[in-house]
Amino acid sequence: MEQLTLMNSVIGGLILAASALTLLFFTGRITGVSGILHGLWQTTFSIEYWRITFILGLIISPFFSAIIGFNLPDQIDMSWSAISAGGLLVGLGTRVGSGCTSGHGICGIGRLSLRSIVATSMFITTAMITVLLLKFVS
Amino acid sequence: MTLFIALFCGISFGIGLTISQMVNPNKVLNFLDITGNWDPSLVLVMFSALTLFIPVYHKIIKNKPKPTFTNAFSLPSKITIDYPLLFGASIFGIGWGISGICPGPALVNMTQGSPKIIVFILLMLIGMNIPKYVNMLLSRLNK
Repeated sequence: MEQLTLMNSVIGGLILAASALTLLFFTGRITGVSGILHGLWQTTFSIEYWRITFILGLIISPFFSAIIGFNLPDQIDMSWSAISAGGLLVGLGTRVGSGCTSGHGICGIGRLSLRSIVATSMFITTAMITVLLLKFVS
Repeated sequence: MTLFIALFCGISFGIGLTISQMVNPNKVLNFLDITGNWDPSLVLVMFSALTLFIPVYHKIIKNKPKPTFTNAFSLPSKITIDYPLLFGASIFGIGWGISGICPGPALVNMTQGSPKIIVFILLMLIGMNIPKYVNMLLSRLNK
C-alpha cells in the first residue's frame, strides 16, 4: 500500500510536469494556478479565454481521473474556521507573493528562478511551522 | 487552438494533482507535520515533476524562439528577492498549513460536493483582491 502511493507520487509528479511543459511549449504560459485564476478578474483590456478553459479543465478533471480509477477525497474534514482563515490567507499570500505551489514550486523552480526557490522554501517552512504551532495549541 | 491546449492542460494538471493525492488535505497536512507520522510522498511529487521539467525546459523550451501558437513566452520578469515575495510566501504558507489546501487542489475539489471547498474558493478570491483594495484605499488617503 505504501509503495503504491509512492508510485502514485512519481507518476502524478511526471503528469504535472508534462502538463506544465505542454502549456508553456504551445502557448508560452506558466502553469501557475493562483495567477491564472486571479487573471480572470483583470478584465480591463480583454478577457483571456485560455484562462477560463484551463480553470474549467481543472474543475472537470475529476471526471477523467475517475475513469482511470482515481477519486477525490471522500470528505473534507477541516473545520469551518480552518477553511475560512486558510482560504483568505492562501488568496492574499499567493497574490502578494506572486505564486503558489504550481507557479513557484514546479514551473519557477523548474526554470531555476531564484525568486521561486526562495518563495517555495519560505512557504513550505511557514506551513510546517504553522502545523506544529496548531498541534501544540490543540 | 490555445483554448483547447489550455483545456487539455487544465484537465491533465488536475489528473496529476489527483493521482499524486495533492487534492487530499489530510495527506498534505501529514507531509507538513514533520513530528507526526511524516508522509514524504509529496516531496517525491515535486522531485519527479522537477526531474522532468528542468531538463526539458532548459534543453527544448529555452531554445525555442517562440511558443507554437502565440507570439511570445510570457515569463515572470522580476528577478530580485523583495519583501512582497517573502511576506506573501509566508502568508500563503500559513494559510496552507492551516487548511492543507492550495489553489490548484481547491479548484479540482470543487465537484467533490463539500460546501467547505466552495467557501474556501470564494474566500481565496476575496483574499486575492485584498491588495487591490488596500492600494485603492491608500491612494485615496494620500490625496
